[in-house]
Amino acid sequence: MNNFTLVRKNLTRNKLRLFLNCFAIFIAFLLFGALGAIKNAFDAGVELSADDRLVTVNKINFTQPLPLAYVNKIRTLEGVKDVTWANWFGGYYQEPKNQLMTFAVDPESYFEVYDDVVVDEQELENWKKDRQGILIGERIANARGWKVGDRIPVSSNIFSKHDGSSTWDFNISGIVRPENPQTDTSYTLIHYKYFMETQIWGGDWIGWIPLTTQNPELNEEVSRAVDKMFANSPAETETSTEAQFSKAFVEQMGDIGFIIMSVVMAAFFTILLIVGNSMWQSIKERTSEIAVLKTLGFTAEKVFAMVLAESFLLAALGGILGLGGAWLSIKAITPMTQSILPALVLGHQVFISGLMFIAILGFVTGIVPAWQAMKLNTIEALSRR
Amino acid sequence: MSNELLFDLKNIEKRFVRGRESISIFDGLNITIKKGTFVSIMGPSGSGKTTLLNMLGGVDRPTSGEILFEGQAIQNLGEGELAKWRARHVGFIFQFYNLMPMLNAEKNVELPLLLKNLSKAQRNKSVETALKLVGLSDRARHLPKELSGGQQQRVAIARAIVSDPDLLLCDEPTGDLDRTTATEILETLQLLNKEFGKTIVMVTHDPVAASFANVSLHLDKGQFIEQQSSEAVA
Ligand SMILES: Nc1ncnc2c1ncn2[C@@H]1O[C@H](COP(=O)(O)OP(=O)(O)OP(=O)(O)O)[C@@H](O)[C@H]1O
Ligand SMILES: [Mg+2]
Repeated sequence: MNNFTLVRKNLTRNKLRLFLNCFAIFIAFLLFGALGAIKNAFDAGVELSADDRLVTVNKINFTQPLPLAYVNKIRTLEGVKDVTWANWFGGYYQEPKNQLMTFAVDPESYFEVYDDVVVDEQELENWKKDRQGILIGERIANARGWKVGDRIPVSSNIFSKHDGSSTWDFNISGIVRPENPQTDTSYTLIHYKYFMETQIWGGDWIGWIPLTTQNPELNEEVSRAVDKMFANSPAETETSTEAQFSKAFVEQMGDIGFIIMSVVMAAFFTILLIVGNSMWQSIKERTSEIAVLKTLGFTAEKVFAMVLAESFLLAALGGILGLGGAWLSIKAITPMTQSILPALVLGHQVFISGLMFIAILGFVTGIVPAWQAMKLNTIEALSRR
Repeated sequence: MSNELLFDLKNIEKRFVRGRESISIFDGLNITIKKGTFVSIMGPSGSGKTTLLNMLGGVDRPTSGEILFEGQAIQNLGEGELAKWRARHVGFIFQFYNLMPMLNAEKNVELPLLLKNLSKAQRNKSVETALKLVGLSDRARHLPKELSGGQQQRVAIARAIVSDPDLLLCDEPTGDLDRTTATEILETLQLLNKEFGKTIVMVTHDPVAASFANVSLHLDKGQFIEQQSSEAVA
């Protein structure tokens, strides 16, 4: 037996109480972990947006096209660094429910603007040379088990080819890998030119224009200049930063972060009261035992440490089980949420703040009983019979 | 029994303040206890027996006066030092055994050894010896609730002696036991006194129990009256 055995035996002496407390903590940390991961997934879009990246879309609606000629016009503006363009393809694999977010992009300029992802140099070369080449995001490659060299059919639910079919065959030329693991890579990239030539509507219109500025401080100025340039034209534009774009999207869905954190905090505060009360009760019941320990020569500090250790152990037990449960549940639902929340993972950021909350819980629920045990008057406690 | 003093109490005063009232339990008590003595203390309820025992054991302090243990004044030691001193020198035995309910006999006995720097093997050896001495080796794995009162008190005795202290303080150790069981417990205490030279101070209400000691003291109105002093009590 050692001191830890004593703490453990004290914690497990009342199995029902232990179970109920553990269960309450488990639920709270399950919520914390799962909701925390979901909140992070929503935030990821905003946080990971490059702060010098702007997107120009049609003012009417971002599904309306813009003329390709705008790209070169924007390039002439002061403060603009790189400009590229993209088209929505609306892809799926085999069946419409297997969504495969696909963009038709300009191979030469795309990665100048999207420099937060990388493609192997050789793979990028191969893709540029192969009109039927497709680059796939790492997340998709992992999820579907696709490899470079595979030939895959990608169907569009918007466009069709001259032969009436709406399925294109592509060769996987390379994998798009994120620099930050939370950056979303659940998309695929095909050649704009090849796409425009093979689909029946033809023309040289584009979906939207991503661009970077020389300096994030110029964002405002540049976006105003762009929109002013095309004012009163048949296709007016609206330019905003990528972060604003994502944020507006998140805000539209209600302040999810705030709601989630309120739920988590309410749960946490509730277990703080429940577990704190239970710890206090349990120590009160042990008054004479604590007095005996002190009589045997256990110092007040030692008694204090033992009670605090007990509450930490309880918090850690329920809390780590809860975080583990959250991790498992998130893992279980990711396949279903791939397309809505691609960045859904219980990252170590959530895990570490979970551990921090476990420590807070252990401390807050244990400190008062520990203090009482330390200050306990041995003589009175022993004569109170 | 040697002639060396274990305790020398000088001019002990003890007052409890309750609100505005101050009650004096001891007012200038002097007493010496020789090493290796088995002292019994009797006296009416409220005469201060437990209070005295607590002061001897370093869990309570006199209001004034000196408690010399082997010549060292213990009443001025700090809390931490006093705790260490208790762990080293004193074994306590209570009327209601006061075992930890979630620990089995063996672990209850091992408890005081957690305060010493001993290896697991050394601890096991001491626990085994102590349990053997009180005749409970076969109950080592039993929880207190699975033991009779007498057996629980034996475990408590084993716990008190496991770290080999010089002094055993017993507050009505047989107060909750029947005659036969009480006699067994008292014989064990006597054995510890005679064979192992432990100094024992035992508070009791039972004259038969007191007769197992070799010095019987009577406490009344804060003063001692020595009743008998013999070394040959059956
Ligand atoms: N913490 C305390 N505060 C106030 N008074 C106390 C305290 N402890 C003991 N007393 C008083 O001191 C007196 C002696 O108490 P003590 O417990 O030493 O008596 P006792 O001889 O052991 O009695 P009993 O035979 O009933 O156990 C009693 O009058 C008691 O009320
Ligand atoms: Mg008493």
